[in-house]
Amino acid sequence: MATTTKEPPSAGAAKTPRPPKKERDVQGSGRLSALLLSPTIMVLALVVGYPVIAAFRESLYKRGEVLDAQGFIVESERFVGLDNYTAIFSGENADAFWNAFYNTTFFLVVTVSLETVIGVAMALIMHQALRGRAFVRASILVPWAIPTAISGLLWRWIFQTDGVANAIIGRQILWTTDGFHAKLGIIVAETWKTAPFIGLLVLAGLQMIPREVYEAAKVDGASAFEQFRRITLPLVKPALLVAVLFRMLDALRMFDLPFVLIGPNKDSVETLTMIAWQEANNLRYGPAAAYATVLFVYIAVLAYLFVKLLGADVIGEARQQRKPSAKRKKLGKVSA
Amino acid sequence: MRFTPIVGVVVGLALTVSACGGDDGGDDGGGGTAKQSTEAQLSGRGPITFVSGKDTSGNRQKQVDAWNKDHPNEQARIIELPESADQQREQMIQNAQTKSDAYTILNMDVVWTAEFAANRWLTDLPKSQFDVSAMLPPTVATAQYRDRLYAVPLNADGGLLYYRKDLLDAAGVKEAPKTWDEVWAACDKVTKTSEGKGVSCYAGQFDKYEGLTVNVSEVINGAGGSVVDASGKPTVNTPEAKKGLDVLVQAVKDGRIPKQAITFKEEEGRRYFESGKLLFHRQWPYQYALANKKGTSKVVDKFAVAPLPGVSGPGASTLGGHNLAISAFAKNKATAADFIKFITSEESQRADLLATSQAPPNAALYDDPELVKKFPYLPTLKASILGAKPRPIVVKYGDVTTAIQEETYNAITGKTPSDQALSSLQTKLGQLIQP
Amino acid sequence: MTAVTAPGAAKSPRASKGAWRRRLLYAGVALVVGYCLVPFYWMIVSAFRRPANQFENTPLPAPFSLENFSAVFNPDNGFGRSLVNSVVVAGVTTVLTLIVGVFTAYALARLDFRFKNALLGIIIATSMFPGISQIVPLLKLFTDIEWMNTYQAMILPSLGFALPLAVWNLNVFFRQLPFELEQAAMVDGCSRGQAFRKIIIPLAAPGVFTTAIITFIAAWNEFLIARTMVNEKDMQTATVAISKFTGSATFDQPFGTQMAAGVVVTVPLVVMVLIFQRRIIAGLTAGGVK
Repeated sequence: MATTTKEPPSAGAAKTPRPPKKERDVQGSGRLSALLLSPTIMVLALVVGYPVIAAFRESLYKRGEVLDAQGFIVESERFVGLDNYTAIFSGENADAFWNAFYNTTFFLVVTVSLETVIGVAMALIMHQALRGRAFVRASILVPWAIPTAISGLLWRWIFQTDGVANAIIGRQILWTTDGFHAKLGIIVAETWKTAPFIGLLVLAGLQMIPREVYEAAKVDGASAFEQFRRITLPLVKPALLVAVLFRMLDALRMFDLPFVLIGPNKDSVETLTMIAWQEANNLRYGPAAAYATVLFVYIAVLAYLFVKLLGADVIGEARQQRKPSAKRKKLGKVSA
Repeated sequence: MRFTPIVGVVVGLALTVSACGGDDGGDDGGGGTAKQSTEAQLSGRGPITFVSGKDTSGNRQKQVDAWNKDHPNEQARIIELPESADQQREQMIQNAQTKSDAYTILNMDVVWTAEFAANRWLTDLPKSQFDVSAMLPPTVATAQYRDRLYAVPLNADGGLLYYRKDLLDAAGVKEAPKTWDEVWAACDKVTKTSEGKGVSCYAGQFDKYEGLTVNVSEVINGAGGSVVDASGKPTVNTPEAKKGLDVLVQAVKDGRIPKQAITFKEEEGRRYFESGKLLFHRQWPYQYALANKKGTSKVVDKFAVAPLPGVSGPGASTLGGHNLAISAFAKNKATAADFIKFITSEESQRADLLATSQAPPNAALYDDPELVKKFPYLPTLKASILGAKPRPIVVKYGDVTTAIQEETYNAITGKTPSDQALSSLQTKLGQLIQP
Repeated sequence: MTAVTAPGAAKSPRASKGAWRRRLLYAGVALVVGYCLVPFYWMIVSAFRRPANQFENTPLPAPFSLENFSAVFNPDNGFGRSLVNSVVVAGVTTVLTLIVGVFTAYALARLDFRFKNALLGIIIATSMFPGISQIVPLLKLFTDIEWMNTYQAMILPSLGFALPLAVWNLNVFFRQLPFELEQAAMVDGCSRGQAFRKIIIPLAAPGVFTTAIITFIAAWNEFLIARTMVNEKDMQTATVAISKFTGSATFDQPFGTQMAAGVVVTVPLVVMVLIFQRRIIAGLTAGGVK
């Protein structure tokens, strides 16, 4: 992709690009990468890996199912294989699961699309704004910086029966009751809070684009829209994709906002994470872990598809970097 | 951002961890407790922790300071938990799952006792050591599981019927209503007067949360029904239970309960009552002082309280409140026992009531003239608590209350007919409650 | 939107078109600022109301009151101390995340090794499990190694939560920089480390800085771990302190106090980011011009 096409603006160092010294790179590169990668791997293995594996194991067991004669729970652990998983898809559980699955997916699609559009617009405007840029940047940080629990409360306040939302629209909508309006409330609050996340990351991507690229395009007489489509978008795409990808992961695990704003056990906003929480909250750890694992798989599949379909330049480009000749050809194409 | 709090989800992992240790997970952990068949010995002296949501007045810290002054070698430290009851329970369970001795005394909601006791997370309290005879019997019942005492009541809560005395007077209704029919009749009279025009008739806590379980249990009990019978079997599929639930269903349908009341928790209802738009309100005692606060409330000195109404006579409140228990994994249980006795003594409870207006379990305080002068609702509250029914004392309380909320919310919002909701609730409860 | 897309275009002196464009731009700015700040404004207004008037919908607090703020800083809450703890935890987490994340991202972007994509996949996969899975095993672990009530018990998990995004994001930014730059520098006698420090980091400054902001905010707002691993008041962070606020009675929700606390934790954060933004970016780029 076109991500490697530009000359950095003020890089005095790039006077004479020479062919890379391949041998030197490869030599010791393995050991160096091991050294550089190991802290991340260690931290993640300890903080995330170990608990996740423990959870997966848990999902294959059931415990605490029966009471003894004196009313105590018999502490026994029973291996049940995939029973906790099959139980998710049978009987009444299945209805609840598919409802939550639908809600989760619905929130994902709607909120992430809205956030992407709003976030990109924010970034473009911030990038343009000459005066008051610092102020704009500060204000965009605000929704993102407010702790989730607090912003959940703020929105619950806004959406309550005698709250300001109803005062403004002049109707009495019972936002926190089951129904589509509850979904709407979540979407508004969630989009407000997280669009700045995409905005910030995309802005950083925009700042990496050298002005020279645009100057060249302008000489060619490209319209503003064409510049956006042909230059801005491709160049900012990697940053945008990472932002959207991580937003997806968060949106799929949405929990606090529906919980605080609308409340648990309300079908129209129940997400998969909320079901998992509900199970664990009632001490059914095996089923809870099974729900969490199913959600994990769902997220992994979506993330994989996302990267495969859209994100070639995020992940798969490493090899291409090694071919400076190909790159220089492209470079010439754009800046010519 | 990325930290979705499902705290609980993998609370269970702790079990994984402990399972590897290969012990059977009884109440080991600390001061050498015996098997559950004999009464636990409370041994061990030294520092303890008092684990609780923050008290609203700061009085608790004063009590702890007083204790610490007299017990230099058995210092108590308060561990404050978040304000939300769900989060308090979560953290207590996490600590139990890891068998941590960080928590000594647990300040628990009355409905958690069975679950905690059945999981052996609590220390069995010898009845010989803890004299609870001076306390109101229904509060003591919430501290027991299968006839064993696992906690000592710290404070009690019972529902009251708040009513607008000024409006009833204006409409010529002399007495507070005792039955639902009287409630609706009084309401019809009041709304016909000029003062009572546009006033909503009745509200309680009807959002889909624990408050709904409380309110529904009350109407069912008030109709002579019950949620579970004395032996613990579910009994919601009865004509009495239906009669009770129908009180709410019908009142929502004909608008006597205003539409927005299905979003009410305690605070939304209180604001509505304080704004003067509500004639009758089922609410906890805490509203009494707040609704009499000048500036915020439009009903200062205009209301009074009565026992909850029933179908053919006075109703029955559901019991709320908190109990103190000792974690099974704690050290220094002897100190903990002394501390509990200290903090639940009549004297401490009196001070507590004065500082926090939290109702005490101690029966004598309700008849103390000085206290009654300050808290005029005490006699009514005493009657309410004495006639109160506990919520089902079951191990899977979380599932039970979710089922009750689910089915009755559907009935109240008109999604399913009440008999259908109750019969499906009966099935669900049958599956959840083990004999 | 399209009219404002091309950076540099606004500068072009094509008279009337430029003015029109500027107007549109300012309309856009106003829109963005309004979008972000109007709900926040409601938070501020609520914070400055008297608890007695807490539920009014007037656009300005009437009467104006600092009662909620004094409730936040009531000595009972230990809120001041909790802010310090939050700064320490979030600050250290951010620095560590950047150091560790920059190295890892550099290796992923520039070095040749096998299973690179698999590694990227594993790193992001750690962000796919519902967060709470970590809580109890970590509680058990930290109890065993006596890390309860320590900063590291909060920092290490936050580091783990922050790394996947940091690595992925930095990886993208590093990769966007032409490889020739470093190679040229290395040919000119820089070591790989020097080339990295003096060329790559300054040029990737926007990405590094944004990663820092996002990490800091995430760690600043972290709640679950901080709540679980700390039971001493002196060690609690601001979000945990806020969760413990109470109203005047049991059911009375301290909404005003919570909103005031929300303002207190948000505003300094934003101001700090603004100050650091200039300093850091200036500092980073200064190295690059050399």
